[in-house]
Amino acid sequence: MNIDQFKPTLVYAIYIKSTPEKVWQALTTGEVSAKYFFGNSVQVDERIGGAYVVRTPDGALHISGEVIECERPRKLTVTFNVNWPALIEKLGPTLVSYEIEPVGGAVKLTLTESHDRPISDDILSGGRQGWPAILSSLKSLLETGEPLVVKMAPPQRMLDALRALGIATP
Amino acid sequence: MQKPEFVYVTYIRSTPEKLWNALTSSEFSKRYWFATELRSDFKVGSSLALVMNGTTTDVGEILEADPPRRLAYTFKHVLDEDLRTEPATKVVFTLEPHGDLVKLTLTHEGFVEGSKLLDGISKGWPAILSNLKSLLESGEPLAIPPTALGIEGFE
Repeated sequence: MNIDQFKPTLVYAIYIKSTPEKVWQALTTGEVSAKYFFGNSVQVDERIGGAYVVRTPDGALHISGEVIECERPRKLTVTFNVNWPALIEKLGPTLVSYEIEPVGGAVKLTLTESHDRPISDDILSGGRQGWPAILSSLKSLLETGEPLVVKMAPPQRMLDALRALGIATP
Repeated sequence: MQKPEFVYVTYIRSTPEKLWNALTSSEFSKRYWFATELRSDFKVGSSLALVMNGTTTDVGEILEADPPRRLAYTFKHVLDEDLRTEPATKVVFTLEPHGDLVKLTLTHEGFVEGSKLLDGISKGWPAILSNLKSLLESGEPLAIPPTALGIEGFE
């Protein structure tokens, strides 16, 4: 997969009092991700071409992708495709990249979401709403042992835009 | 073409009152904002000076102050030779209760095309607001060396 044609639509940096290895584990371990990622469980086969899967609390497949870059504990890039019928056909693949840098006594985690074609602000509103909540909760979990409980539903403007494109949402 | 602005959202386990206090008090800001004091009475029309280790780095005027919900001020950099030629920009904080959390949204807007200030604040705000969140949730800010932000002239 040629990732050069993907353009960033969201860049979010957050500094966490932790180590690169602990942040990596949090991003790649289902038991940990379930605490900060709306109950979702991440599974990664940590090699280029390996599977990247996110399951909802009831075990349903929510996101499926493939590992594109994997440099533990510095960089993980995966395709991140929400498992809604016709989504990938209509919108193309989504790329998500995590970069982890040690900075003084902390770690800088930078999330980048990218797409290979223009995507409307309505559809991008889902990631723009969700990522700050997920990463704020991850930071709280690693620093205090307690994640945040951020209750939110997908933005209505995103659901409307997806439906208008003929993409079925739950 | 999207207008040049910077938006950052974070969720903090705190109350709007405590967060408002942290955004308007030098005692707090010196701990999470790279030793910066916020010199202002935070009343609409009052002046604001950001003073880092005795040196004024940025100045502004309070545009809106609705505690503990919304704070807006103009923001003009006055130290760096290049940045001080850029026009004043606008910083807006909104604080919304979200269950037992507070959703903090920062919007910094009003930049000229190709603004060097926009590049600088885009690197600065995530560090400042990450520090603020740590301070409010754990009582301790992070130890982020200013040089690690990669902002030219900031060390």
